[in-house]
Amino acid sequence: MADKEDRSTSRLGASVLALSRAWPDLKRVPMRSIRSCLRLVVAIGVALVLFVTLVRTTPAADEADDADLRRQVVSNYAELAHAGYAQSHASAVTLQERINAFLKAPSAETLSAAKSAWIAGRQVYLRTETFRFYSGPIDRPSDGVETFVNAWPLDEAYIDAVEGDPDAGIINDPNQFPALEGDLLTILNERGGEANVAIGWHAIEFLLWGQDRDPNGPGTRPFTDFVAGKGRNADRRSAYLRAVSDLLVTHLARVAKAWEPEADNYRRAFVTAPSDDSLEKMLSGMAVLSAFEMSGERLAVPYETQDQEEEHSCFSDTTHLDFIANQAGIVAVWTGKGFGVAGVGLRDLARRVDADIAKDLDAQLAASLAATKAIPAPFDQAILGADDAPGRVALLATMEALEAQTESFAILADSLGFAIAISPGE
Amino acid sequence: MQRTTAFGLACLALGLVSVSLLAIDGRALADEDAPTGEDELAPLVEGEERLGGPASVVVGGQNAFSYPARVLTAKERRVFAVGNAFFKDNWVMAPASAVGRDGLGPFFNARSCSGCHLRDGRGRPLEEGETASAGLLIRLGIPGEKGDLPHPIYGGQLQEYAIHGVSAEASFAIRLEALPGKYADGVPYELQAPHYEITDPAFGPLGDDVRIGARVAQQLIGLGLLEAIPEATLIALADPEDSDGDGISGRAHMVQSVRHGRPMIGRFGWKATQPTVEEQVAGAFVNDMGITSPLHRNEVVTATEAKRIEYVSGGSPEMTETKLNRVTFYSQTIAVPARRNVADPVVRRGKWVFDDIGCAACHVSELRTGDEHAIEAYRNAVIRPYTDLLLHDMGEALADQKHDGDSTPREWRTPPLWGIGLFADVSGHTRYLHDGRARNLAEAVLWHGGEGESSRDRFKRLSKRDRDALIAFLDSL
Repeated sequence: MADKEDRSTSRLGASVLALSRAWPDLKRVPMRSIRSCLRLVVAIGVALVLFVTLVRTTPAADEADDADLRRQVVSNYAELAHAGYAQSHASAVTLQERINAFLKAPSAETLSAAKSAWIAGRQVYLRTETFRFYSGPIDRPSDGVETFVNAWPLDEAYIDAVEGDPDAGIINDPNQFPALEGDLLTILNERGGEANVAIGWHAIEFLLWGQDRDPNGPGTRPFTDFVAGKGRNADRRSAYLRAVSDLLVTHLARVAKAWEPEADNYRRAFVTAPSDDSLEKMLSGMAVLSAFEMSGERLAVPYETQDQEEEHSCFSDTTHLDFIANQAGIVAVWTGKGFGVAGVGLRDLARRVDADIAKDLDAQLAASLAATKAIPAPFDQAILGADDAPGRVALLATMEALEAQTESFAILADSLGFAIAISPGE
Repeated sequence: MQRTTAFGLACLALGLVSVSLLAIDGRALADEDAPTGEDELAPLVEGEERLGGPASVVVGGQNAFSYPARVLTAKERRVFAVGNAFFKDNWVMAPASAVGRDGLGPFFNARSCSGCHLRDGRGRPLEEGETASAGLLIRLGIPGEKGDLPHPIYGGQLQEYAIHGVSAEASFAIRLEALPGKYADGVPYELQAPHYEITDPAFGPLGDDVRIGARVAQQLIGLGLLEAIPEATLIALADPEDSDGDGISGRAHMVQSVRHGRPMIGRFGWKATQPTVEEQVAGAFVNDMGITSPLHRNEVVTATEAKRIEYVSGGSPEMTETKLNRVTFYSQTIAVPARRNVADPVVRRGKWVFDDIGCAACHVSELRTGDEHAIEAYRNAVIRPYTDLLLHDMGEALADQKHDGDSTPREWRTPPLWGIGLFADVSGHTRYLHDGRARNLAEAVLWHGGEGESSRDRFKRLSKRDRDALIAFLDSL
């Protein structure tokens, strides 16, 4: 910040200096002939016309264009958010159908079909995570569902049996929790600590895959865990899985509805608010997701602890895909294109207000996407070893790429005339 | 040119109209409330919304207490993230496959830091009929020569949970007593006084001389900044003998530092019993979760209890120095959310009232950090914590039975007020004071006694409009 001020001050200083140097020359304009005098008058006239045009017409038109562009960017973002959550809701419905089919006729095949639906739905949801972190419909205090949908990390022993503790979890405690219904599980979510996650994507993941004890692959929960008479408390586990998949559908529907067009909802407030307020939210979401969530919680933590428990999608071993989907969501907001929507993106506005940073961000966002794609699977093996092991090199490079794009988001915010939660430059 | 002139004239006319409108409005305000001078507003101070100085962020919502300070470098943000993960992780009973996270208990209040400090926010007290707390614990003791001694059977704190195969120490329940009162203008209010009962003690009766005190978990914002205030500043704010005769006699709570092995000013906890963030963190790990660390190598299990239970240690110590450092760094560097609605005339009026009725005597609005703190960006910064970190006699109504360290049951540390307007967003409640007895900010003010009595009485004599303005100001913090 201080640097920037200094720079603009010196820029102003330089122009004042240039003017004062030019002034004496003007005074010495030789008046040799009438012709040159006339030429001067004409020149001044032209200059005046130019000046008036510049001062009175062009900036006003520019400002109108600028304001209009800002509105278009905000409006297209709302379109993206709605499309994203509508698709996410649809994929959760598919997951719910597959889970119901699995519970009706448990088999290795029906379980596998449910798992595929989870992986597909998860990728769609992760692309919407760029719409978090500004108290929007997904995470506002009044009726946000983020902690119901996506809470993590999850202490699996809070839900079900784990290695060494067959009695663990809500499922194996029929005395305290006789009926496993959505309302109860929602109340139990995060009760007694943030790792006490009872519902959402990761709870479903744990129920479908089980604990991951295989270094080369995901968890291998047998389908018989859901077959009455075979798995311990199988009926309760089935009821639990049905309840959490129903909840996921309900919660995502609520968020999609808040972004619906032509309704008296969050979207209306978002697109009618002063554009800069909404632009600040967009950039905050992108920056916080990049720096705190992806680079911080989901990369720096497993990188430092080398603990498989800290892996984001640790039961299904799909963590490497998570970062790609997250970054794809950020890129969609940047370009204005994604989720089947194609409109004006933040990039178009950036190119107008700060072409340099627009160029930087184009390169950095592409570099981050490439870095996320270079993370080798399975993630829980990539974190292991010495710092020069290929997996760890790829992880560190991804963290640094995400941090670089975050700094640029902060600089762009500065150019747009507001500040976000991360300071531009160090 | 004509258009410009016309535009200028229009501006001038508009300006004159608005000025006269403002004047009329101002006169109306002055006429109506002339005797109390309700037109006086606190001046706007440059940067006053940035409560945490270098650690301020403009955020709200559920995660408002979980952002890293804006000045952290990318590398420091990674350390922050790792500390945050440890803060949220559940500890498990030893032995377990989750190496590095086993060693919970044998007795404990919570499995993770976030168990009480959910989203780094304020804990909630029990309601009548509830048996499990979400961030309130009971301190225990018996009379000693200087300050309380730990209870001979149950130790310094009641842990209401235990690992498999071990009985929890006891449970407790709350009973609430209604205390009706009235503002000077006749508007009634009702405070709620909590009474605690310890039930089902597992290792024998607590005895007649037991002393108890309930404490809720505090929000974690800005702790590193409070740590960075020089001791000399706090000593200069103190006036133990009230030599200036203003009725306020704050004193620094000198405590023995475990890490530094010398007496230091206590800054953290409701009784200012911990001198540093690290010691606050290590204390919470061993007392609240039963996790030993390089600072506390022994479990808090009394000799009586040790004879009757069996448990496995999760290591010696259970938490490594690195892990303690990470959680400490995280706790030091959580950002302070910026104030909202700073320019709102009602808020500015409330700020004026805050100063006028003497709140700022203890809730000191502006302090400067020193030049020694480990976090470089936290040095020589102007911060607005609204505290002096000193112990003050708060009267009999707020007192409990505990003599923690050198403090008396009537003495409490001035809690920082930054963030108090965001409890509803972050923690989903608006409970204030050491045991969460106040259900809103007005009740919190009304509970003030002792050194705060004269300010409280002045609050009660305010007009409804000024009372509301004061609350609006507190809500903007």
